[in-house]
Amino acid sequence: MNSFLTRIFAAPFAALALCLPLLAQAAIDPALLQPLAGDDPDARVDAVARIAATGSADARQVLQALLDDELVATQAGQVLIVHDGQAIDAATGKTLAVPDGADGIVVNNRLRGAVQAALSGLALLAPARETRLSAVHALQAQDPDPAQAPLLRQALAHETDADIKLQLAQLVARADLGSLDPARRLAAVTALADRGDASLRPQLQAMLAQNPDGSFVEPDAALRAAAGATLRAIDQRAMRNDVIGNLFYGVSLGSVLLLAALGLAITFGLMGIINMAHGELLMIGAYTTYVCQSLFRHYLPGAADWYLAAALPAAFLVAFAVGVVLERSVIRWLYGRPLETLLATWGISLMLMQTVRTVFGAQNVEVANPAFMSGGVTVLGSLVLPYNRIAIIVFAVIVVAAVWLVLNKTRLGLFVRAVMQNRRMADCVGVPTGRIDMLTFGLGSGIAGLGGVALSQLGNVGPDLGQAYIVDSFMVVVLGGVGQLAGTVLGALGLGEINKFLEPLAGAVMAKICILVFIIVFIQRRPQGLFALKGRSVE
Amino acid sequence: MNRSTSLFSRRAWVVLAACTLVAALLPVLHLAFPDGHPLHVSGYMLGLVGKFMCYALAALALDLVWGYTGILSLGHGLFFALGAYAHGMYLMRAIGRDGSYGSVLPDFMVFLDWKDYPWYWAFTDHFWYCMLLVVLVPGLVAFVFGWFAFRSRIKGVYFSIITQALTYAAMLLFFRNDTGFGGNNGFTDFKRILGHSITDPGTRTTLYLATLALLVGALLLCRWIVRSKLGRVLQGVRDAESRLMFIGYDPLAFKLFVWTLSAVLCAIAGALYVPQVGIINPSEMSPANSIEMVVWVAIGGRGTLVGPIVGAFAVNGLKSWFTAAFPDLWLFALGLLFILVTLFMRQGILGVLPAIKRVLPRRRPAVATTEETV
Repeated sequence: MNSFLTRIFAAPFAALALCLPLLAQAAIDPALLQPLAGDDPDARVDAVARIAATGSADARQVLQALLDDELVATQAGQVLIVHDGQAIDAATGKTLAVPDGADGIVVNNRLRGAVQAALSGLALLAPARETRLSAVHALQAQDPDPAQAPLLRQALAHETDADIKLQLAQLVARADLGSLDPARRLAAVTALADRGDASLRPQLQAMLAQNPDGSFVEPDAALRAAAGATLRAIDQRAMRNDVIGNLFYGVSLGSVLLLAALGLAITFGLMGIINMAHGELLMIGAYTTYVCQSLFRHYLPGAADWYLAAALPAAFLVAFAVGVVLERSVIRWLYGRPLETLLATWGISLMLMQTVRTVFGAQNVEVANPAFMSGGVTVLGSLVLPYNRIAIIVFAVIVVAAVWLVLNKTRLGLFVRAVMQNRRMADCVGVPTGRIDMLTFGLGSGIAGLGGVALSQLGNVGPDLGQAYIVDSFMVVVLGGVGQLAGTVLGALGLGEINKFLEPLAGAVMAKICILVFIIVFIQRRPQGLFALKGRSVE
Repeated sequence: MNRSTSLFSRRAWVVLAACTLVAALLPVLHLAFPDGHPLHVSGYMLGLVGKFMCYALAALALDLVWGYTGILSLGHGLFFALGAYAHGMYLMRAIGRDGSYGSVLPDFMVFLDWKDYPWYWAFTDHFWYCMLLVVLVPGLVAFVFGWFAFRSRIKGVYFSIITQALTYAAMLLFFRNDTGFGGNNGFTDFKRILGHSITDPGTRTTLYLATLALLVGALLLCRWIVRSKLGRVLQGVRDAESRLMFIGYDPLAFKLFVWTLSAVLCAIAGALYVPQVGIINPSEMSPANSIEMVVWVAIGGRGTLVGPIVGAFAVNGLKSWFTAAFPDLWLFALGLLFILVTLFMRQGILGVLPAIKRVLPRRRPAVATTEETV
């Protein structure tokens, strides 16, 4: 921190800060330009600082030209900006022909660093908010030096935007960490306790370090204590963010699993149909989304982001139709023969996969997130929650609520439950069981289609999409307990959370294996799942 | 049922002997006649039939649990692959220093920068130790898994689904490079077995004949089991497990025995498969492969022992032909087979034969086939 080099890098800032009131000066004094062409490295760095200190647009232009190797010096001592075959005199702003014998001004790394630092410092005072923000980000990426502190303070004083102000304040504190004034260091350390992030750890740890002779690098004991406290606060915050992040991603994975498994909870859970083609219904939903996106891009390019609004009903209807056709043509002949249903539906899944492969090709297709779903919201300083994940959690909640309403508050739901509980009795009182079977299977399939829309927003859409989810979906339903919507929800969220908390410990693949083993063991203990229907039947 | 001491009727014995003889004749034709001679059987053909016999052995093993005990396993691919990996370990060590890196270690270990074999590779340079592993490892896995599953009376589709999860988990495990079994690529590029070059026609013939012998042996063993008292208990488990329990039998031991035996047979099939096909990788454990095995059994006719063998040959023959002639259509055909067989041919190919007999006027009345329940 005390090295000569960083001092030099920071020099332009110091100079700039001192000269801030002189912002409005326009032309650049040739005396400032002169040393740039010279051989003395210190003089050149100094010149850069002083040019930056004028704070004018011309200064920015000259420095940028220097950075882009467009600055030349003539033998007469003029400094010219050569751009597109034209030369501009940096001192006067006049356009000239490119003179013969002009030498490019060589920029070495040291000078380049100085110029870059000067430029980002200039940007802090730019009128456009975006420019200032990106300048702040650029400074955050480097380690701010105490010499930059005055400039940052100035910028902070001029700043009006609350967000940038906050970040600048933190930058000031970071810069002050290396200050020679102990009071300022202490203030900085204390200020950082509230908001500092993990990138500060090395700096703080350096304050706590001991010299080889046993004395502390930081002589002030109070400061050391404050640094220790800040360090602990930062670590605690990092850990809390980790836990919250894991929780969030667990819920997110849980909702993905839930959306994938919810349809199965109806077809397998309620109807007892082992539908191995369930994954392919998800895939059909995802491909319907892709088709909707393509149609929107082609016919309504202005509203391309709204394809999701069309994809949701479309995916539901397409998957519903496929489900109804499957039920009428194959599955209904196999009621009461679960193992054979399993084989037949596996055959269906192979055919569906191959159909999609024939129509859309074996390659994955690209489904883009709409603009409003890309990006994310930053919470608690450093935790980024992507919008698409949030949207899927919300979507999962809505779908579960809808399914619950359909099953519990509609006539169809009543019939479905009646047929499930006692098919013969339902038949006797006039429930059209065959039709109900068809509609229930269609409903389950349609929900799988909705799940497919959600999956298309997260990962690759390809013919094998469903295969990746089929085992997981069955695990969720079996874990939750067959025929139990609440069990499915709990099972999915539980699996999502366990997975996300195991991942950092064991790696993604081992986490998955652990979970499968866990489920296998769990089913041994509770063959009926989390929520067992109470009954007296032997089987 | 005919309780005579003979395993098969006289006619069945003749058919079995004839089939075995024809199968045994193939390698003789391969060796005796030069390339281009009309009676010559190509090495490709020999390899194909050898591979099918391994599949048939696996299908036979599956029929023992599914057809006779009513336990549908969707995870037999795991046992097949475990047997194959166990034998593959020996074959990898037998490569010696002939790998691309010239190291004693297999290429994939050199690639991972491992300095030594992990502990579980100990002694795998001994052929017979590996043969012991072929039987013991899958046997143990099946025993432990089966003990827990059957003890808590998991049955029907639940059992099927967790066997699928089991093989899926194992597949993920074997896909990892750190597991020490070659990751994605598995084992391949074998050079020799017991000092003989693995591509030598003599070695291939020996492997082929060993497979044939084990297949026929396994068929006889299974037939003997299902016709014994034990076999009748197994069928009792299949048809009415609760009733069997009320009579006083504990199905656990019976199920566990047949389950473990089936896994071991399947593993032996895998062990025979590896040197003939020359590669084993984790995709053998994918749930799709295990389900395909079930289809061989279903198509051939479950609960018949001979049916699965016929089914394995029929489906795989069809597959070889389709994937060469219409590669895009194979999955359609396979899918359709699944559906048609479950809908219209519940007894499989072997079930169709008596049906034809019944339709045609014959001197002897056909024996009524008992309805299989799941």
